[in-house]
Amino acid sequence: MTDQTLIECIVNGKQVRLPARPGEMLAEMLRERLGLTGTKIGCNEAECGACTVLIDNKPILSCTFPAVRAQGRNILTIEGLRQISGDEDHLHPLQEAFILHGAVQCGFCIPGQIMTSYALLLKKPEPTAEDIHHALKDTLCRCAGYPTIERAILAAAEAMRTGQPVQPPQIQESARAQKVIGRVEMRPEAVEKTTGAAIYTDDLKFEGMLYGRAKRAGIPHGRLKKLDVSEARNLPGVWAVLTAEDIPGDHYHGLVIPDWPTMVGIGERVRYVGDTVAIVAAETKEIAAEALDLIEAEYELLPVIQDPVQARKPETEALHPGGNLLKHIKVRKGSTEAGFEQADVVMEHVFHTPTTDHAFLEPECSIARVNDEGRMEVYVGSQIPYADRNQVARALGWPEERVRIIGTLIGGGFGGKEDIMGQIHSALLANATQRPVKILFDRHESLVVHPKRHATQIRVKMGAMRDGTLVSAETELYGDTGAYASLGEKVMTRATTHSSGPYSIANVKADCYAMYTNNPPAGAFRGFGVTQSAFAVESLMDMLAERLGMDRIELRKKNALRVGSITNTGQVLRDSVGLVECIEKVEAELHRLAGPDPFAPREVEGSPHLVRAWGLAAAYKNTGLGGGAPDKSGAEVELYPDGTLEVRTSAAEIGQGLVTVLRMIVAEEFGVRGERVHVLLSDTDLTPDGGPTTASRQTYVTGNAARGAAVALRQALTSMLAEKYDVPPEQIRFVEGLAQVNGQEIPLGALATEMQSEGRAPRSMFEYWAPATRPLGEEGDMHFAFGFGVQAAEVEVNRLTGEVRVVRIVAATDVGTAINPLGLQGQVEGGVMMGLGNALTEHFILDEGRVVTDRLARYRIPSITHTPEITSIIVEHATSGGPYGAKGIGEIVSIPTTPAITNAIYNAVGVRVDSLPVDQEKIAEALAAEKAG
Amino acid sequence: MTIWNHYYLPSTLDEAIELLNQTPGSARVIAGGTDLLLDLQQGRHAPVDTLVDVNQVREMLVLEMRGTHLFIGASVPLNQITTSELVLEHAQALSEASGLIGGPQVRNTGTLGGNVAHALPAADGTISIMALNAEVEIASAQGLRRQALNTLFLGPGKSALDPHGEIISGFYLPVRKANQASGFSRIMRPQGVALPVINMAAWLERDGDRIQDIRIAVGPSGPIPQRITAAEDALRGRPYNEESLSDGLKAMLNSVKFRTSPQRATAEYRQKLAGVLLREVIQKVWQRAGGPVSHVV
Repeated sequence: MTDQTLIECIVNGKQVRLPARPGEMLAEMLRERLGLTGTKIGCNEAECGACTVLIDNKPILSCTFPAVRAQGRNILTIEGLRQISGDEDHLHPLQEAFILHGAVQCGFCIPGQIMTSYALLLKKPEPTAEDIHHALKDTLCRCAGYPTIERAILAAAEAMRTGQPVQPPQIQESARAQKVIGRVEMRPEAVEKTTGAAIYTDDLKFEGMLYGRAKRAGIPHGRLKKLDVSEARNLPGVWAVLTAEDIPGDHYHGLVIPDWPTMVGIGERVRYVGDTVAIVAAETKEIAAEALDLIEAEYELLPVIQDPVQARKPETEALHPGGNLLKHIKVRKGSTEAGFEQADVVMEHVFHTPTTDHAFLEPECSIARVNDEGRMEVYVGSQIPYADRNQVARALGWPEERVRIIGTLIGGGFGGKEDIMGQIHSALLANATQRPVKILFDRHESLVVHPKRHATQIRVKMGAMRDGTLVSAETELYGDTGAYASLGEKVMTRATTHSSGPYSIANVKADCYAMYTNNPPAGAFRGFGVTQSAFAVESLMDMLAERLGMDRIELRKKNALRVGSITNTGQVLRDSVGLVECIEKVEAELHRLAGPDPFAPREVEGSPHLVRAWGLAAAYKNTGLGGGAPDKSGAEVELYPDGTLEVRTSAAEIGQGLVTVLRMIVAEEFGVRGERVHVLLSDTDLTPDGGPTTASRQTYVTGNAARGAAVALRQALTSMLAEKYDVPPEQIRFVEGLAQVNGQEIPLGALATEMQSEGRAPRSMFEYWAPATRPLGEEGDMHFAFGFGVQAAEVEVNRLTGEVRVVRIVAATDVGTAINPLGLQGQVEGGVMMGLGNALTEHFILDEGRVVTDRLARYRIPSITHTPEITSIIVEHATSGGPYGAKGIGEIVSIPTTPAITNAIYNAVGVRVDSLPVDQEKIAEALAAEKAG
Repeated sequence: MTIWNHYYLPSTLDEAIELLNQTPGSARVIAGGTDLLLDLQQGRHAPVDTLVDVNQVREMLVLEMRGTHLFIGASVPLNQITTSELVLEHAQALSEASGLIGGPQVRNTGTLGGNVAHALPAADGTISIMALNAEVEIASAQGLRRQALNTLFLGPGKSALDPHGEIISGFYLPVRKANQASGFSRIMRPQGVALPVINMAAWLERDGDRIQDIRIAVGPSGPIPQRITAAEDALRGRPYNEESLSDGLKAMLNSVKFRTSPQRATAEYRQKLAGVLLREVIQKVWQRAGGPVSHVV
């Protein structure tokens, strides 16, 4: 017989006939040759499920399914789902349900989720929750909308069985709801994210596009002695091989400190395995990969600095000219010495947290091309487009205006898409070749190269009076910031200022050493340092409560920050401190669920080796940059003659729901329905600078900017009407897309036309400056708002094996005002799941600077099977400066989860977890020792 | 540089064997490919010239009763094994194990043949059919032959199969008789590679309150997947009670040298879990063996 040279199959009902290509997987064939880019490649190693398609009605992973094997078979992709319902104009019930229930966040995993769910419903039209967990076990969602995904599938299944419309979810609206604000609003881009039409960077192709790759050093520490790229340059199909000496502009980049070499030059220092020594552009990915193998680099190996404690020792070699100390961060309030002397009880303990990875499902991708005007365009899903522009321009040695960053949809960020990854490299290659160049990281490269969550060592010492009053807190933190600064100083500052918890304590001393090491850089990651310090301090709070013989809830209530409290950094809290209410709400729910003593261990009936108990933790997290950094955002709102509005800003949608929030704000101000407002984000030519999408700041800062722009435009329209109709401006109303003047109703679109005819553009730009903050060390407001959260976790521990399962989470969050309750629910549930992963599954392992967990198969993130029942309680203590009273919530929802879980483990079996992630073997060992002893 | 050049989709065993013989040395058999393709993609396996895909080989897709045995073709997807009434009836250990391999999507392409051919000491599928006293059917130019499963393994990841001329075509599992049952369990950890910390399968025949006969396989318990005959001997003929189980466990721990896998489990933890699993698996199999035998054929 002959080999398979032809593939004849049916794709979405259409006959397809293609020549077979050696080595080609089905996902590539669908994406590259049939243009069906709805099928996503998240890991390319059969782990994440994003590439799921149906073959003869069975779900398979197309990233590892040879395309030739599709011969003679029937393939269904996300693009073919609509026609299944018999009506191409209507969405399939699954698509509709995912949208209605808010199951769509960043959207990257959604085609895989929907296809896997569709296959399930084919087999089981009436699935149980267990069926869903079983079927979706390996279809990962990093936004972790698992509870909503489950509800959406159930709703779709019901609609399919009954033929009735998909039932919407029951969502509690905001107690502070207005016309649009505080009510349920669908995510505008959800439809395209469920049909496969949504375009992420890797879905783009340009004529003549080349594929770029970076040659990584692969050694953690050394000096580049020799570099030979001649063979790679001579390989047919290679268009350019660039090294450090080919960089026309600045050789270093970095968000705060430019200490990160774009490429390491000969004689220069390699500081981590992901450092680049050369970059390649070639006609195909395969040729680019081959070229990398032909590059020869020689290094003088140097001793590896593995951890921050080692890095701080005087005898350790300095990685940077200024030494290994990135920053010594200090918090001082009162006298801790006096405080400890006064205290009746003092507790002290050291905690460790590991490096963790964002594992956003969309790997980094950027495409650079020189346009007809000789400007550089970079297509990228970035959390800080203007910073990208600046850094790309500096590397090229060009003025910033000659670079344009064009934001694409972002398949998850979580802080991991703030630093430069391929942007500069692709621009350098595009400039050198004058052809578009795409650089797509594979999962391996993504795991090895991009900045992580800081590993920390945190010592907490707390003193309390017998009645529970905290009188003194001393903390010492070591943060592993890895090879380069990234946002390390900021992250560890936040870890430090939050390290004695959301409590009012008279005497506080905190010292943090943010140290360079030879590990991958550490930077922003949802929680921004507070995830680590909250684990430490909230564990210690429970230890202290036990020592005091005091109820842990009482201890927290007694010391909780309130309006009028003074924080560690000397800030007087003037409004929006809902912590006590969060504690009380969780407490009431716990008593409702588990009776008077939820923290007592309970054996599971019939299984005496399984023990359950609840645990609790509280936290706070700043909204906005703070610390004296100017925090501003620009937005522009324009009214079109068709009566629709557009709001423009460079803030990023990373799945958190900013597009929806901005739409709602502008709709509210104009009295129109949400769908009349279009949102354009992240284009440095077309959208004003919204600043970084970080620090839970965009709803507050860009929300205020959008509101300001909307109000300004409304006022301009009002004065135009007031003059024309000679009525006082306050008598003019905007209702349902109409301006009401003197009993007359004028459509908004007509106003746009009228304004244009007066020679004025119907648009308004607003630059919002958040309230000024003070640097750490100076008293006053270090932050303009804080979010508060309290969570309780019920765990089940297996006394024999040490295995831990989270059964239930109750989360109360003070959000100021719930602008979009549906989006908020996704943030809470997703945040809880990320906190659960931080506690139980995630461990980025390094061995002498080398990455052990360099594949998704080795770095596990929570799956739907880990999902507990999550009850979200929204607390709304409005903050005066926030839009409609809102403050940031992206991070606070994730922070208390881990210590709530580890405290619950202690309550269940008496084993204190002081090092993450929870190690079941250590629990089993401790229980065995206890039994033996 | 592609990971393969030629790809064949034979539909009979003869074709598949002929292809292997025609391209001596340069061809590799691919079943589901859920491991091999990743090895190729990630550079752990050198690119191959020719892949002979056995997923459509008719004889290897059969799942049926053959006299005193249940035959499971090596290319039958794991999901089909998991949901098969025949497998549930005669080889529940395999039903349970195959339902745990990979995820649902992987089980639609992954096969029992691939799971076994990889010769990993703790492959769930392999461990389950070790306890079921499986025989493996091997196809070559000389025709088909049957041999005991344990003769297939040489070392971790090394099988005795000639990769250039032999194909695992299927498995024969003895039919279940009255008072016999089997089961499989495993313990995982939530971090790191999704390999079991330890897994265990048992088959036993019950005679009233006595364990008439028993087979136990544990992974990873050595360089190759294996049965723990010392534990079987300690339990065979004994009443089902704590004392017997305790002797069985002692025998197991005396004969097996559990090893430490960095970042996964220490030998001591494995020893401890061996005791937990032994009780759990034997208990469930014991209870099953008390039940009636239905007649699924």
